[in-house]
Amino acid sequence: MTLSLLLTALLSHWRRRPFQTVSLLLGLAVATALFSGVQALNAAARASYARAESLLGADRFDEITARGGQAILLSDYIALRRAGWRVSPVLEGGSTVDGRPVTLVGVEPLSLPPGALGAGLVDGAAALTGFLAPPWRLFAAPETAAALAGADLPEIQVVEDLPAGTLIGDIAFVSARLDRPEEITRLIVGPRQKPGLDAVETIAPRLVLTPPTGQSDLGSLTESFHLNLTAFGLLSFVVGLFIVHATVGLAFEQRRPLLRTLRALGASNRAVITALVVELLALSTLAGLLGIIFGYLMAAALLPDVAASLGGLYGAPVAGTLSLSPLWWGAGIGISIAGAGLAAAASLWKARGMTILEPVGVEAWRGAEMRRLRVQRLLALALGLVALIGYRTNPGLIGGFILMGGLLIGAALLLPSGLAALLRHLAATARDPLRAWFWADTRAQLGGRSLALMALLLALSVNIGVGTMVEGFRKTFFGWLDQRLAAELYVGGRDRAEAEAIRAWLEARPEVDVLLPIWNADFRYRGWPVGLFGIRDHATYRDNWPILDALPDPWGKVSGGQAALISEQLARRFDLAPGDTLTLPAPEADWPVTIAGIYSDYGNTVGQAIVALPALLERWPEVERLRYGVRADPAMAETLAAELTEALALGDRQVIDQSALKALSRRIFETTFAVTVALNALTLAVAGLALFTSLLTLSATRLPQLAPAWAMGLPRATLARWELQRTVMLAALTALAAIPLGQGVAWILTAVINVEAFGWRLPLFTFPDQWLRLALLALVTATLAAALPVWRLMRLPPITLLRLFSDEK
Amino acid sequence: MLELQGVTKRYGAVPVLAGVDLALAAGEALALTGESGSGKSTLLHLAAALDAPDEGAIQGGGTRIEALDEAGRAEVRRRDLALVFQQFNLIPSLPVTANIAFQAKLAGRFDRAWCDSLAARLGLQGLGDRYPEQLSGGQAQRVAIARALAARAPLILADEPTGNLDEASGDAALDLMLDLVRETGTALLFVTHSTRLAARFSRRAHLAAGRLQPPLAA
Repeated sequence: MTLSLLLTALLSHWRRRPFQTVSLLLGLAVATALFSGVQALNAAARASYARAESLLGADRFDEITARGGQAILLSDYIALRRAGWRVSPVLEGGSTVDGRPVTLVGVEPLSLPPGALGAGLVDGAAALTGFLAPPWRLFAAPETAAALAGADLPEIQVVEDLPAGTLIGDIAFVSARLDRPEEITRLIVGPRQKPGLDAVETIAPRLVLTPPTGQSDLGSLTESFHLNLTAFGLLSFVVGLFIVHATVGLAFEQRRPLLRTLRALGASNRAVITALVVELLALSTLAGLLGIIFGYLMAAALLPDVAASLGGLYGAPVAGTLSLSPLWWGAGIGISIAGAGLAAAASLWKARGMTILEPVGVEAWRGAEMRRLRVQRLLALALGLVALIGYRTNPGLIGGFILMGGLLIGAALLLPSGLAALLRHLAATARDPLRAWFWADTRAQLGGRSLALMALLLALSVNIGVGTMVEGFRKTFFGWLDQRLAAELYVGGRDRAEAEAIRAWLEARPEVDVLLPIWNADFRYRGWPVGLFGIRDHATYRDNWPILDALPDPWGKVSGGQAALISEQLARRFDLAPGDTLTLPAPEADWPVTIAGIYSDYGNTVGQAIVALPALLERWPEVERLRYGVRADPAMAETLAAELTEALALGDRQVIDQSALKALSRRIFETTFAVTVALNALTLAVAGLALFTSLLTLSATRLPQLAPAWAMGLPRATLARWELQRTVMLAALTALAAIPLGQGVAWILTAVINVEAFGWRLPLFTFPDQWLRLALLALVTATLAAALPVWRLMRLPPITLLRLFSDEK
Repeated sequence: MLELQGVTKRYGAVPVLAGVDLALAAGEALALTGESGSGKSTLLHLAAALDAPDEGAIQGGGTRIEALDEAGRAEVRRRDLALVFQQFNLIPSLPVTANIAFQAKLAGRFDRAWCDSLAARLGLQGLGDRYPEQLSGGQAQRVAIARALAARAPLILADEPTGNLDEASGDAALDLMLDLVRETGTALLFVTHSTRLAARFSRRAHLAAGRLQPPLAA
């Protein structure tokens, strides 16, 4: 009875103040939405990785592959079977169906270990025959099947839990479709083998047996991306909590007399606190529900961008549908309640210690404010130290985020002290008494506005930091593309015969200067995928290749046949430098080469190295010799491409001119950062909302401070104008502080986090026009946020201001 | 109903009350006067179990208040007392009807008919749906009086309840209080700085420098 009665009294406060209620619910809902939305995106992506990793039991069964990334020969497979090994062949390859990229996986169902292919899929004679023989049958995930409906393919049977973009069929069908007869990519090793078998290497020296990977490759590769998303989600959550903190704090101050009255009427302190906690639980559960609905919608809207980003950055397949567990829904509500508890902790603590009677000698505002600022300064200092120690002891990705978190929150905590010092100076030096009052009053309000300004500082500086990083990346990447894509045309044959025909046709043309083979062997270097390219010694490379660091005459050393150039990612990952030796796992025997130099290779998710073409062909004689870069008279390139396509009846994708390839790369770049840009904008929007709600809630408490000035002859319009000036000026000062802070964030992103996450380092640029744009945005946000309270003030009936005097006790 | 024995209260080194003795029986009404800073409000706060004395004993509704913990004092306030404040202390977010019923419900003695009759006696008909901010000072004070009486507490403690009202409204509010207290047999401790209002009480006491002067005779 007591609890419900107290709740009636407490909750009636929110009913009577709908705007404050909306602020609280919206702040908490938005914070929860951004956080749980990001978690939903991460969960969807991770579920996709898990599906990809568990395909054909790759996470459970041993497998056999050929050294140096070569295909397994049919003879080796037969030799293993004859020796008694229970192995099943798999052929994998990329293809396109109606212009859509797909991965074709060919299996041999009779020899597959039990459970490798979904239960019951090929059980029974009819099912098995349908799969093994024409007209064939394929398996695909629901969204892949839907996307390929109507394509020129055999019947597709929908199977849940397959990775997106993958088609599984009989190996005979797949090898015909890929035009790779008698090739095997890997062998799945059955779990039960006969005892006493000869070792794989003894039977087929080119093959190696590898145990199942305990940890998901894609999971570890994309970890940094998800950490980045989580960091954004957390940042938005923190910014959202500023709104909640401001609203709950204001509600507490407004209800302080009510709490005293309830206590005076006989409600115990414990009953009042319990009622406050129950009220908070009810409100935060409601907001949490709203938040997870918003979060779901946000995640659904951003998922295509995330899928594009992950595909572009890591080549990771991510399904376009969200699959959310009940745990996610529970966690959404939980995070809302925890956030509300965190934001309301100070108010609840004050309520707990509140006496019924006003304390004798209330502490002056000034003293309390000074103490608060001092505590914030000390906290900032402590955070700075923690961040530095965290970074020094753990200089990796986590250390980078700790450094950034410490820098951002530390700077935000220092902001009110900096503003207070500036305003104190301005008040002291103002000659006009009204101006002095203006500055002093602005300073007095700093306490109420500081949380919103801190949120604005965080959002602006993260925007500047991320914007600088993305813009810097764009500038570097586009410049790098111009260097790397020097050939006028890129051509490829579907098989060796066609590639030969292309080569012969092009070499006969007078406008062609040279053909540069793009032939590569793929293998794993210390567990990491690497592409090794063989190049002809040509000025195209010497003049254009973006070298970062090298021994003298690197190209001469490479063409000598015993040196390699390696990508920045490979160098950073294994701490390699020019002059070091790199041991390449050639099929017959390891091949040690000297590292002649390091070049930038932005955007590549795997390692890369370059050696002389003859040296590559000597050690990897079976590399596919299908693609060429064509140096030709640029003016003739378009005609040449058209004639080549027509003469040899080539497909659209077989002849690509430089500009089309650059356009494609740029498009991939833009989608890669789409989700970052979207989250960035959302965070700024939340900060704008924080500013708006704090100003609106503060406006109610402003009247007693403005009434004396009005009584002394300042018109309401002047007071309103000054209120607007105050807000805009504080926002402008905050934007000014955000510039160096944002540049610091950009430095951490480019010099620490990107290096860890992607393996490359970008040069740091400054973009003053971007600063200006964001500063203007901050001013517009502040003006809009201040507009409603100011408009209310201008229209305030004088009787309201008079009542303030008649009510004064 | 209420008994204070040798009650002393200090703020820092300054004694506000120094050995006060006071007794109030059921159905009695007592006016307590004194200058500003004489300790009237402190005495009332102690009697209302809002604060604890440094020395002395306080008995309210048969319970020794000074030895109780916070929860015990809250129980006394809920069960045995009703307060009328100078600032009215209504619940701003609840309408008049809910405000009147609030303490009665809290004490578990809610009686709708009694609340309605009190509202009628105090001239609050038609104001039931209004919120405190929509009331005049006189109306708000009558709501506060109605709330105290609605709880049917055996003792009402009133702290300058007419201090914010003009003379006529103050007189009217006091008349009503005295009438209703008499009818219901409630004890009333009425703190005021107005000797004019105090003159209307059969029992009066004056507080100066923390002591009752002259010592109160029963």
